[in-house]
Amino acid sequence: MKTVFELSSPGRMGVSLPELDVPAASEIPAFLSREGEGTTGLPEATEGQILRHYVNLSTMNHHVDKGMYPLGSCTMKYNPKLHEDLARIRGLSGIHPLVPSALAAGSLELMYRLGEFLCEITGFKGVSLQPAAGAQGEFCGIMLIKSYHESRGEPHRNEVLMPDSAHGTNPATSTLADCVVVGVESNEYGLVDPEDLRRKAGPNTALFMLTNPNTLGLFESRIEELTSIVHEAGGLNYMDGANMNALLGIAKPGEMGFDVCHLNLHKTFSTPHGGGGPGSGPVACSDELARFLPDPVVILDDDGSFRLRRKQDSFGRLLAFHGNTGVLYKAYAYIRTLGAEGLREVSENALINANYLKAKLGEYFDNPFDNGPCMHEFVLSGDRQAKQGVKTLDIAKRLLDYGFHAPTVYFPLIVHEAMMIEPTETESLEDLDSFVEAMVSIAGEAVEKPYLVTDAPVNTPVLRLDEVKAVKDLCIVEPVKEGGNP
Amino acid sequence: MSRFVPNGPEQREKMFRAIGLEKFEDLLEPVPEKFRLKENLQIPEPLSEFELTLEFEEFARRNTGADLTCFMGAGAYDHFIPAAVDHILLRSEFYTAYTPYQAEVSQGTLQAIFEYQTMIARLTGMEMANACMYDGASAAAEACLMAMRITRKQRVLVAGSLNPRWLDVIRTYLRKEDFEISEIPFLEDGTLDLETAGNLIEGGTAAVLTQYPNYFGLIEDLQPVAELIHECKGLFIVAADPVALPLLRSPGDAGADIVVGEGQSMGIPMSFGGPCVGFMAARTKLARKMPGRIIGRTTDRAGQTGYVLTLQTREQHIRRNKATSNICSNQALMALANTVYLSLMGERGFREISSQCYHKSHYLEKKLLEIHGVSRVFENTPFFREFVISFPVSSIELRDRMIEHGILAGLPVVELEEGAMLITATEKRTRDEIDRYVRAATDICGGGTS
Amino acid sequence: MSNIPEELRYTETHEWIKDLGNGEYMIGLTFYAQDQMGEIVMVEFPGMQDFNSGDILGTLEAVKTAEDFYAPFDCKVVRVNGDLEDEPALINESSYEKGWLIVVKTDDPSGFTSLKSAVEYTEFIGE
Repeated sequence: MKTVFELSSPGRMGVSLPELDVPAASEIPAFLSREGEGTTGLPEATEGQILRHYVNLSTMNHHVDKGMYPLGSCTMKYNPKLHEDLARIRGLSGIHPLVPSALAAGSLELMYRLGEFLCEITGFKGVSLQPAAGAQGEFCGIMLIKSYHESRGEPHRNEVLMPDSAHGTNPATSTLADCVVVGVESNEYGLVDPEDLRRKAGPNTALFMLTNPNTLGLFESRIEELTSIVHEAGGLNYMDGANMNALLGIAKPGEMGFDVCHLNLHKTFSTPHGGGGPGSGPVACSDELARFLPDPVVILDDDGSFRLRRKQDSFGRLLAFHGNTGVLYKAYAYIRTLGAEGLREVSENALINANYLKAKLGEYFDNPFDNGPCMHEFVLSGDRQAKQGVKTLDIAKRLLDYGFHAPTVYFPLIVHEAMMIEPTETESLEDLDSFVEAMVSIAGEAVEKPYLVTDAPVNTPVLRLDEVKAVKDLCIVEPVKEGGNP
Repeated sequence: MSRFVPNGPEQREKMFRAIGLEKFEDLLEPVPEKFRLKENLQIPEPLSEFELTLEFEEFARRNTGADLTCFMGAGAYDHFIPAAVDHILLRSEFYTAYTPYQAEVSQGTLQAIFEYQTMIARLTGMEMANACMYDGASAAAEACLMAMRITRKQRVLVAGSLNPRWLDVIRTYLRKEDFEISEIPFLEDGTLDLETAGNLIEGGTAAVLTQYPNYFGLIEDLQPVAELIHECKGLFIVAADPVALPLLRSPGDAGADIVVGEGQSMGIPMSFGGPCVGFMAARTKLARKMPGRIIGRTTDRAGQTGYVLTLQTREQHIRRNKATSNICSNQALMALANTVYLSLMGERGFREISSQCYHKSHYLEKKLLEIHGVSRVFENTPFFREFVISFPVSSIELRDRMIEHGILAGLPVVELEEGAMLITATEKRTRDEIDRYVRAATDICGGGTS
Repeated sequence: MSNIPEELRYTETHEWIKDLGNGEYMIGLTFYAQDQMGEIVMVEFPGMQDFNSGDILGTLEAVKTAEDFYAPFDCKVVRVNGDLEDEPALINESSYEKGWLIVVKTDDPSGFTSLKSAVEYTEFIGE
């Protein structure tokens, strides 16, 4: 499709603005002004042209409202429409972040209550709503733990233990927080090997970072033993809460020996992903760590009012303001809509849906870690198909032709040709069955007509794209046309 | 059953049969008995759509600050948002999609962000931009880390006239053993102390970061700073306000190597501080060291133009502990808001917004200076949209009393002077509102004009 | 089947090493490893300096992977393959000839002789 810049024609305008109603001041001195640099290169088009452009672009996206999105570890569930409206109520969306607390009593109470809910769900005492996404939540968690070790005279503790199946953000965050990663091996069941953890935990251990259920969709059954090993070595335990959709009302991280965890509101609590964000990654922690929480936290004062406050031992700030508040509004709405039983129902159905798909697909694809029930997701291997020359990437692309989004592929790294499937609780049995049909059909094509799979996708707005060219002939902005801007 | 869960008892029974279990609890076999919750969570009873709406309306009513006429800025601004922006954001196709990992079914998001990258690069006068960061402050922090990676130096100098909240974020991100952050002080007129800057900048300086216009709204010449840091082979990072850029010499033209900033002003409501969106632009030769996602143009098997995530080996999902950043989810939908906003405004509209912010803030400043006892804090330095003046009364007291007049008067900056207030007038403030501000402030200050 | 020339030595990190005489050794990426990575799109080279055995010498980037390459023994880098800057895919097209990465120098030949032989490397990659 043409770019918005190609719609441009001088003189067109997409807005109407009032005339300046005050006397003009003297202009900016020439040496500080843009004069002489030419234009800013923004397009000139009408409102209708621009709307048509972005609506046409939008139709080229797959999205949850259109069809199933079984992207493992991403929890692509339905996003309630009301919540979008609620977050847009003027009193909530139109308020400046630096007003005196008494003037934002509604937002602050909502945030305080949300924090309480998240503590109840995770079994923790302290919470920060500031982190903008899961990765920033991880950073927040490691900073809390580093502050804790520093306060105890152990600033040298800088090792982060994590299994080889960890999300990429875990090692990347460790580096950002000035720590080093120490890998812990998984055993034949796809679970952390306690013996290897025991070998690696020691006087330099800052923390053990674990996703539970892990990235294979398996619950770490020996969790108590694992967290104890780390505590005995003087380290703390961090839970990556990316997979919390499996545990609502079922189990609490705070009771399993974890000291801190983050939650992805844009996964578990149904706030939309927005094509890649904004998310929100609140961090809940034990009482011991709460004094280091980032600035500010919402508190309930003795006089019954809600305020923002910097904790005395806070490690600092993560964002200019208090977090992705608009996202917090929607997560609060979700929890209030469901209540305790509704939340448990979410996780129960997430587990049932995942286990149903696992059972239905087991015959057609390899499942290297099928030793009992999975939690909210599971990982298949495309090894069998790969031997026929059809790779997991091909299967993923072929699913697009069938109107489904692909699973997460080639992750976790410990499974060959991995396909990580997470249906979420909002898919109906009928839709799950359609997905099974598509997968079975593709498994058949891989044997009988492999070219259908390796040539896929063909029913999409574009065919398979050349990623090598995108790197080699780097084009990341629209070039300015000869003779000035387009 | 909640209205989001379609599989009830009837479907469950079929599914249990297929899985080969009798009851739900069988699925919990891997969860040790002692960790399985025996009781319901302590969460209030569920609310219907209607009840929840009432509750939210009550929250909104208690946010009385939203009803005030807003003259507060300091990093979040009350600008006009054309209706069409939200209509695009509310397209399910955009807001219920995930990160565009499967490019063939994500061309909408990918092309829109490619257009965003182009607009940011053009506004800042740079060669390229990434697909966005969390907010301006974290983008500034990431820019410092990026400069340290590129130069392999470990000292960053930050202008003392940078937004203090941003400085806090930078300090958090740079809290590492060998890293050092120093501040460059500002002079009485609010501009950077170039002489001290010249003394502080040396061979070990990775970067200098200045805000443009600075925290007090003041517009400074960037070029002398650029020259100082380039002489020492460091990088120049500019934290720019995009709304000022149609009027001001672009940071790229003045010698910036990395430009970051906050995009909330471009089509995003203040929403009590978030979601915002940070941008980051740079010279193309630095692209491989950049944090965050980058969209690139390519072709498909049939030769049609298409877009993909590119230079992915910088990112956490591939390079893990050696990635340029840990960022994964960014603020993509907010970047889309910026894109639609800038498209609607266009060349002339955005310039007009910029110009009206400039003239309205100057009109307000001029009128306030007529009040007896009111003075400028920074003499003779040009400013944009935002300025600091000193009232003859405590600025905190003035702010509180102005609230009674329905006016959010600004942010008290008592660290400068007891009466100092940072005041903003965007294009949304009408002459009537501005005059009302001046009348109320005149009353509070004792009634006299000079 | 991979192409694993007999006259070269190999490492577990998939570098091949060729004895050029005079204490100089040429290092490249094996055919097997380039096949696993896919088209190489960028090479980051080390400076002309001394390295200890196991140090990271540089990085190879494909579209979806990036791999470091390492010093097989204590050595000093004396030349890099400048052709790869413009045409990194030479590593794919000609792993053992035009796609060589760097030349290093060492006075101690024992580091080279203790590396894997072609037979041992073949066994290592399980072919």
